[in-house]
Amino acid sequence: MAKDNSQTAVVVEDLHKSFGQLEVLKGVSLAAREGDVVSMIGASGSGKSTFLRCINFLELPTRGRISVTGEEIVLTPGKDGDLHPSDRRQVERIRTKLGMVFQSFNLWQHMTVLQNVIEAPVHVLGLSKAEAIERAEALLNKVGLYEKRDQYPSFLSGGQQQRAAIARALCMNPKVMLFDEPTSALDPELVGEVLKVIRDLAEEGRTMILVTHEMKFARDVSSHVIYLHKGIIEEQGPPKQVFGAPKSERCKQFVSSVH
Amino acid sequence: MHWSWLPEYFPIIAHGLYVTLFILVFSVVVGFILAVPIGLIQVTGSAPARWIAGAFCGYIRGTPLLTQLWLLYYGLGSTFPLIPGFREHFMWLVRLDAFYYALLAFTLSFAGYEAEIMRGAFLSVPRGELEAARAFGMSPWKVNSRIWFPRAVLQVLPTLTGEVIGQLKSTPLVFTIPVLDLMSAISQVRQDTYIIYEPLIFLAIIYMILTYFITRAFGYLEKLIPQRR
Repeated sequence: MAKDNSQTAVVVEDLHKSFGQLEVLKGVSLAAREGDVVSMIGASGSGKSTFLRCINFLELPTRGRISVTGEEIVLTPGKDGDLHPSDRRQVERIRTKLGMVFQSFNLWQHMTVLQNVIEAPVHVLGLSKAEAIERAEALLNKVGLYEKRDQYPSFLSGGQQQRAAIARALCMNPKVMLFDEPTSALDPELVGEVLKVIRDLAEEGRTMILVTHEMKFARDVSSHVIYLHKGIIEEQGPPKQVFGAPKSERCKQFVSSVH
Repeated sequence: MHWSWLPEYFPIIAHGLYVTLFILVFSVVVGFILAVPIGLIQVTGSAPARWIAGAFCGYIRGTPLLTQLWLLYYGLGSTFPLIPGFREHFMWLVRLDAFYYALLAFTLSFAGYEAEIMRGAFLSVPRGELEAARAFGMSPWKVNSRIWFPRAVLQVLPTLTGEVIGQLKSTPLVFTIPVLDLMSAISQVRQDTYIIYEPLIFLAIIYMILTYFITRAFGYLEKLIPQRR
């Protein structure tokens, strides 16, 4: 993590998550400072998506602590064994700082691209419609979808939908972007256009946490790479180390097999 | 062909048409407004609430509309005079007017059918879209009102056309309790004049025209939301 005196954006300490008997995360920690690009790699089922989804409480952790921009989310143990946010509003406020991009885009199908992008800024942040549209159009321009702004999502290709979803997340002006396997649902020829948008964001200095199977991409854009295996961090460090000279035998195997 | 009766009976037929349309529009609008919460309860309600909503839908869908209509009018309606002092009360007039029973029966029936359809529609909205709404900081109320409800309602729009047409063609049942709808107006022509075919042909044409307009109206609504399904 490059800049030492910069502020922490996301800190996760000793995160555990169980689904019934199955413990998916067995104490995972992460600290991302502003401007960091943290990539999480690992085989399917290693828990990396679950970890990302715990950060904005789409999954409830079983144990652990999470802070976003220095604010720790207050949690209370529930009867189901998970930790529940004590104050729903705190989580809702924290979520506005975390721009989430999903594997399956999850655009709202009953709204046009532009409506998708301005929805949360208007109805959650309380921006005026004019202001939101101005912001949204600039972002759609940036991801190359300005011409498609009045289309419904189902008329767009997967790559276009994912770029619209990225614009939707950016329009909230988030502190941190969370990408949950953003290219895994795409046809191979559409992966590049989405990665290009994410790469541009990384170069702008956006703070991002990225769960991905695109090893070459992770190596290029990340400031820090975490290799997760069966719910434990098996290896982490700068991309050069994790991809070039991993200490863990398992990580070495994984990195070479996916290449 | 005898059409000489038409001018004389036109006012009765026009009034009958008005009654038919009133029952149709009222029961569809109010029934649908009731259907949304009943459908939602079946998806998210507590176990007893789900059971009650499910039982209501089961009764509506499991019995003929004519039976429901008669149960309300002859069954429920006949219990009111047992209430002391009811005959002196102004509500007695309402008791007499079969029209209100028709409105109630048709509204409940539409609510029951549509609640079942809404239940399916609520369930069919992809979970990921609701998750995205939550991920952007929407409160549960916002998730429902901005994403879940509109998304589910738009999903049922195409099936709604058929449901409304079906409802229109059920309206002649009110003739049995008796309400003076379009069907009974035509029937009166037949009784008075002994002319049979022409009034019935006329009746069939009116229903077809109404169906045509319903189809067009919903077609227009659907075009506002061009989705690939």
